[in-house]
Amino acid sequence: MNALEVIGQTGEAMSYRLNDGVVELALHRGPCNEIGSLSLDEFEAFAFALGRLPQPAHALIISSDLKSGFCAGADLRELYRRSQTMDKAEALKGVRRFLERIHRVLNVIDAAPLTTIAAVNGVTFGGGFELALACDLIVADKMARFCFPELRLGLIPGFGGIPRLKRDCGNAIVRDLLLTGRSFNATKAQQIGLVSQVVGEGEALRVARATAAQIGKFDRQTTIAAKRFIKPIPHEELRQEIDLFCELFSRPEVEAGLKKFVESTDAQPYLP
Amino acid sequence: MQTTDQTLDEILALAAVHFKVPREKLSPDDDFFKTLGIDSLQTLDLLTKLESHFRVELPDYELQGVTDFRTLAGKIQARL
Repeated sequence: MNALEVIGQTGEAMSYRLNDGVVELALHRGPCNEIGSLSLDEFEAFAFALGRLPQPAHALIISSDLKSGFCAGADLRELYRRSQTMDKAEALKGVRRFLERIHRVLNVIDAAPLTTIAAVNGVTFGGGFELALACDLIVADKMARFCFPELRLGLIPGFGGIPRLKRDCGNAIVRDLLLTGRSFNATKAQQIGLVSQVVGEGEALRVARATAAQIGKFDRQTTIAAKRFIKPIPHEELRQEIDLFCELFSRPEVEAGLKKFVESTDAQPYLP
Repeated sequence: MQTTDQTLDEILALAAVHFKVPREKLSPDDDFFKTLGIDSLQTLDLLTKLESHFRVELPDYELQGVTDFRTLAGKIQARL
């Protein structure tokens, strides 16, 4: 694939461009950037392009074009639908393959020799929260809301959220967020050290760009070396998370939880 | 400390502004999902606004089964 061809790409789920040393990845798949097979394909293409930029870049900003939020996580409807069309063993293999692929993408973003900034707004749940945690900095719109709701389905976060949350927070906070599955606002996220800046509604991308411009003033090699030193990637725990997720996924309670979520006409599917 | 009625008044005023409906259309015992026609994502937005306004943290599981403003006011009052 020619890297020149992939700068400035627009896909169904996301688009990206490189301008003045800043790569901007904008998510735009309604209703709330749920990550299914289409998004994963495009994330993989993006990760490939990120490793082959034709011009130097010092920052990557990931944001959402949707008012509904940054990303509501995995596409549970697609996950349930697909799991119903195959036997349990095949479904589980498919889930593991999906997780391994999304992990590769997030590891590329996590380790990228750029400063990565998630500019988040609205719902930043599950896999969306995990995408933000793979970045170096999170700039949050004051209406952003974070959550790991996986326990509500009998699962744990599967896109690397637990090791990355543990990397950033004390264990008491990790237990609170994961074991209650509650959502929390941007101010709380900043208080516990996850969010770097809380900004006005609609301002996250603008502030992320200003932050990226500031970062662009510093020596790149020093920034890359510092980042490698500051931000270890918990590879072993990430692999363990995939194993535990797959073990839990095979339980009938998970299928029941997914079915309930997918078939619900409740006004409150995002509330516990 | 303010009373629950004062908290309730502030919630109704805030909800009216946030969802752009006339204040007089909202009453304390309304089912806000039906009256406002909102879904859970919009409820989370309202929750964020309420937390900011009252400077409290209200876990969303506290909203389980809460569908009217009066009960919501009680939940917030308990955190003031």
